[in-house]
Amino acid sequence: MRHRVPLFHTFLKAIERMPESLIAIMDALPYLLQGSIVTLIVVVGAMGLGFALGAPLAVGQVYGHPVLRRFIAVYVWFFRGIPLLVFLFLFYFGLCTALDINLSAFTVAIIVLGLISSAYQSQIFRGSILSLPEGQLKAARALGMSDFKAISFIILPQALRLSIPGWSNEYSILLKDSAVTYALGVAEIMARSHFVATRTYQHLPLYFAAGVIFLVLTWAGTKGLRLLEERARIPGYSPHGL
Amino acid sequence: MTEGWLYIQTEVYPALLKGFWVSLQLIAPSALLGLAIGIMVGVLRIYGNRPVMAAANTFVAIFRGIPLVVQLFIWYFGLPHIGIYLSPFFASVLGFSLCSGAYHSEYIRGALLSIKRGQMLAAQSLGFSKIRMIFSIILPQAIRRALPGCGNEIIYLIKYSSLAYMITCIELTGQGKILASNSFKYTEVFLMIGACYLVMTSVASIILGRVEDRLRIPGFEHRRT
Amino acid sequence: MTAPILRIENISKRYGKKDVLKGASLDVKKGDLKILIGPSGAGKSTLLQCINFLVKPDEGRIWLDEQEVHYANKRDLYAYRQKVGMIFQDFNLFDHLTALENVRIGMVRVKGMGKAEAGERAVLELERVGLKEHMQKYPAQLSGGQKQRVSIARALAMDPRVMLLDEPTSALDPELIGEVHAVIRDLGNNGMTMIMATHQIGFASSLASEILFMEDGRILERGTPDKIFNHAENARTQEFCSKITELYGERG
Ligand SMILES: Nc1ncnc2c1ncn2[C@@H]1O[C@H](COP(=O)(O)OP(=O)(O)OP(=O)(O)O)[C@@H](O)[C@H]1O
Ligand SMILES: [Mg+2]
Repeated sequence: MRHRVPLFHTFLKAIERMPESLIAIMDALPYLLQGSIVTLIVVVGAMGLGFALGAPLAVGQVYGHPVLRRFIAVYVWFFRGIPLLVFLFLFYFGLCTALDINLSAFTVAIIVLGLISSAYQSQIFRGSILSLPEGQLKAARALGMSDFKAISFIILPQALRLSIPGWSNEYSILLKDSAVTYALGVAEIMARSHFVATRTYQHLPLYFAAGVIFLVLTWAGTKGLRLLEERARIPGYSPHGL
Repeated sequence: MTEGWLYIQTEVYPALLKGFWVSLQLIAPSALLGLAIGIMVGVLRIYGNRPVMAAANTFVAIFRGIPLVVQLFIWYFGLPHIGIYLSPFFASVLGFSLCSGAYHSEYIRGALLSIKRGQMLAAQSLGFSKIRMIFSIILPQAIRRALPGCGNEIIYLIKYSSLAYMITCIELTGQGKILASNSFKYTEVFLMIGACYLVMTSVASIILGRVEDRLRIPGFEHRRT
Repeated sequence: MTAPILRIENISKRYGKKDVLKGASLDVKKGDLKILIGPSGAGKSTLLQCINFLVKPDEGRIWLDEQEVHYANKRDLYAYRQKVGMIFQDFNLFDHLTALENVRIGMVRVKGMGKAEAGERAVLELERVGLKEHMQKYPAQLSGGQKQRVSIARALAMDPRVMLLDEPTSALDPELIGEVHAVIRDLGNNGMTMIMATHQIGFASSLASEILFMEDGRILERGTPDKIFNHAENARTQEFCSKITELYGERG
């Protein structure tokens, strides 16, 4: 601490600046809310990409050839072992330049978050697949289904249902991680609140507002996924009741 | 070739070593503080009286719901608004500890809830006070159950320590950014940085696995919850 | 002398160092009900699962309708499995599908029938096992006996030539066994060819065309129910039969 300030004084100072803080927040709100649309697009895009890659990875890791399993394990280890920020820098400043691909920060953000999420999502699905009784696959095979059909029609529909809670968790993680893409200049909530803060000198109120927006988005998304869980619900069939 | 080697020897290596050291200084105290906060908050969320429980739950909801970057910005750029100035390092440790404490408390809470009622009845029948019972009977069991989750949290912390860079605390990632901006060797430098983090997270997960094995009690396996 | 529907020759299986099946052979004629009995670990389940290649046998050959089954050929294997129905001890109903959908899915996804047509057939099969009014329920909403009857309907809907039943009633409460036995008895009376492992010897002896006593991976003795239960030649068979009679009583 550089200055020692009596707590009381601190408190007074906050009160004193309250009106201007409120005005600053109100002024910035539309701008911040536009940012939340950017945030949501990044999150939904990353989740979609993560799902599209994660589901086959999970199937491969459970049913695949040992070499494939090994490869997927390394993939997961790699994408879970390195910070998001490092990946963002590596892809945006490094690989995009080295390979001479011209991608916007926004696109890179979705790709990087999606790749990392695919590693996490694959482990969610893998856990769900492994938690299914072995007899399900046997019974499907006994009916004459190929392994591909058995996995598509019997295993995955059940595994995906069991994965919804994990998925809801993944959403809230991605939502929070998306704030890191500010480092590349993606115009999401965090970037915008920082932009306004440095102009109005109302740092605390604006970050506070950003925080509240994130809280609301987390809450809304979790609620939405819980609704999905209810709708996909099958009597006597829940991850906790198995 | 030799030029590249020279660059690594004279520039990269010392910078990364310095950065690595700062990262460790960020991670170690944050991990310990975070765990302590997590255990305390977790216990309060189960055994506290109503207002305490509500306060602890609110703490967790806020610190888990707001992105860590935003929290760090609040501590570092926001607090001066009310006349409190923290160093980048201190703000980072504060931010990491509070946030990871909130996450730890979730695992501790879940573990506490999973302890069978009979354990408490038995302790009470032996005349344990509530506090004694929590510390000598319940927590030793709960911590074992919470260990896999808390271990994961510590690995997250290692990765999220990179965010300190964003509030100008120059650790491993920050050193990398400086190196790369000077030499324009972004790919090479960030691959090296990535490798450093991979080593840290892998070593941590091996150590945590060992700890789990060491604390294992027969018949006390963690059940899927 | 009619040719057997299913011919099983010299099936062997080992897990690691343990020989679980040591050359089991068996001919099944149309309308036969072969009952497999024997102590736990004898290899009854393994044999049944080998018969439709859910477990790949290490040795041995199988013919269905005088055609040898080459299980390495996937197309052959899937076609063969459609013709061999399997009933499991623990039902293995698909937990995400209703009773009706459970019965329908094989017809739709394996046989390629239309949903409507398959649905009609599924209702018929469920009616046959007395569960028409429960067809919209999920497995978790059915009793054990009902689940097992759905699984029988699921197998029947594929028009199997042969049914394999692995202790179909041993996971059921005693009062639910009767309803499943009634369905199986009905199948037998309608000429279904079956191989069944069971401990319910009362039921077995009233229905079986042949009893096979298995122990330690071998079929030790075979014959009519009367021969096996009352005049067994092998001392082990006698011992097992007297034990199991004591345990499960005369009537199943
Ligand atoms: N996947 C497997 N791996 C190793 N050993 C196995 C496996 N499956 C079965 N066995 C062994 O094979 C032997 C025969 O098992 P099987 O289940 O066929 O017996 P069973 O006659 O059906 O017994 P039960 O009456 O208990 O059902 C047992 O000793 C069992 O331990
Ligand atoms: Mg068996």
